[in-house]
Amino acid sequence: MPDPSSERISAAAVAKVARLARLDVGDDEIARMTVQLAGMLEHFADIDALDLSDVEPMTQPYPLRNVFREDVVKPSLDRDEVLANAPVAEDGRFRVPPIIGLDG
Amino acid sequence: MSATPTTTSSGASSGNTPTTAFEIAAAVRAGSVKAIEVLEAHLARIAERESDIHAFNLVTADAARESARRIDGMVAAGRDPGALAGVPIALKDNMCTRGVPTTCSSRILEGWKPPYDATVVSRLAELGAVSVGKTNLDEFAMGSSTENSAFGVTLNPRDISRVAGGSSGGSAAAVAAAFAPVSLGSDTGGSIRQPAALCGVVGVKPTYGTVSRYGLVAFASSLDQIGPFSADVRDSALILESISGHDPMDSTSIPQGPLDLLSVLDHGVKGMRIGRITDMPEGADPDVLERLEAAFDALRAAGATIVDVELPSLKYGLTAYYLIAPAEASSNLARYDGVRYGRRVDAVDTNSMYMATRAAGFGDEVKRRIMLGTYALSAGYYDAYYGKALKVRRLISDDFARAYATADVLLTPTSPIPAFKVGEKADDPLAMYLCDVYTIPTNLAGHPAMSVPFGTSRDGLPIGVQVMASTLGEQPMFKAAAALERHMNDAGGMS
Repeated sequence: MPDPSSERISAAAVAKVARLARLDVGDDEIARMTVQLAGMLEHFADIDALDLSDVEPMTQPYPLRNVFREDVVKPSLDRDEVLANAPVAEDGRFRVPPIIGLDG
Repeated sequence: MSATPTTTSSGASSGNTPTTAFEIAAAVRAGSVKAIEVLEAHLARIAERESDIHAFNLVTADAARESARRIDGMVAAGRDPGALAGVPIALKDNMCTRGVPTTCSSRILEGWKPPYDATVVSRLAELGAVSVGKTNLDEFAMGSSTENSAFGVTLNPRDISRVAGGSSGGSAAAVAAAFAPVSLGSDTGGSIRQPAALCGVVGVKPTYGTVSRYGLVAFASSLDQIGPFSADVRDSALILESISGHDPMDSTSIPQGPLDLLSVLDHGVKGMRIGRITDMPEGADPDVLERLEAAFDALRAAGATIVDVELPSLKYGLTAYYLIAPAEASSNLARYDGVRYGRRVDAVDTNSMYMATRAAGFGDEVKRRIMLGTYALSAGYYDAYYGKALKVRRLISDDFARAYATADVLLTPTSPIPAFKVGEKADDPLAMYLCDVYTIPTNLAGHPAMSVPFGTSRDGLPIGVQVMASTLGEQPMFKAAAALERHMNDAGGMS
């Protein structure tokens, strides 16, 4: 298979991003994604020409302020109802495979 | 609420079956029509056409009948069920409904039953609305055609060879097919307005923070907003008045009461300043541009003034959005790991379980956006992509502020093109993204905007005009939208 890497992004970088995003992605899919992501990044290069040095980043439509309330006990979610949705539950808790990974 | 349907509505007293939410609520409250009759008429239409349209992931007929009978019981007992008494409503399947599956049209949430209701869901129920079911969407609201649903595409009731738009395609189609008089969608980059335009119905994205997002499954938290679909402008005003207002469960909720909209619908546009964007991004279909011109003419004839405005940064909106929205999505969707809910693919350790679960549970477009967002946020690329996109977002917001100093509302097309054929853009993500070019800037700025049906293309496909306004500018926006609707009604739908 030809290496789908471009100036914009390499197949190795896409494979690394897939690991960061916790997505198990095969080589064929990496190749396809590399071509698609490269096309998008090419299009998104239109903002490279802008001088943004004095522009303040905007993360939200409004300036957010912390919200405080009195520390009073309110009803919370029912534990059994929540655990009923879990793939595996045991003794009132979520059960998962070993946390210490076999592959580090 | 500032205004509620009265018992003297012409639709209710004429003896005909009421069709709009406004008429239904008035008739049910007056006792002239039973909620169960209204519901059965809608369920009958669903039974007849849903297999062709696929608007719903789930129709909750039995629960709806139970609600409708309870409302009729209240009326019989002399109690008022509320401003939306007996109004059937369809909910996009990314809004949490307690004990009722909420899938986001994703395999990863298949079988999940939320342990709580979204704030909009409980507000609608308190006002007497009757939920008929959960509507189809692009998986996690990512898409413009509802083709990214794990459960199959929603077809356009106006032409079933074409898409209904997206991501709230099911909610738009449900109203267009009269499966429900009104529905709710969510809009992150156009996901209410674009399907509304393609299906020929009204769709509103309100100001960010006016409608609670509590219980709306998050896609991009700084952009997401819930809003209504309806057949006419008045019904969208009614629903928006009902669901807006502060909610302590949403920390981005604006601390103010419900919007006041029904009272301004008849005010007209005399003296209003309607902005025409002289450097509007190109690429719209000639039929769409022709309808936009007709909309300017209609408002001018109704007494408004047309003013030219420039928004030079608007053309960079698509880039800013497709870096910011996937970045936020990659973070929001990290929670789907197979531990607490939804699907799990078993593996020897947790990390392998996360990777296998997410690979099996997410569809291609969701994976693509997670990848794009993770890349834009990753060390070494953050400044070049995400950081730069946030600065462009500021430029666009500043452009709007200058434009709204001279114009009360702006008009643009909603979608550059009418409804396209199923499959036409499915293999070209970038071409699909370009469908959002006119709707995206509003979300970046946090402003309100709505799509109003304004005629058809030469091929008879619906075309929508977008009315945009500044922060909390819903009143002038609805005045202009109502004026456009009056023009269409006066012209008999022909001009």
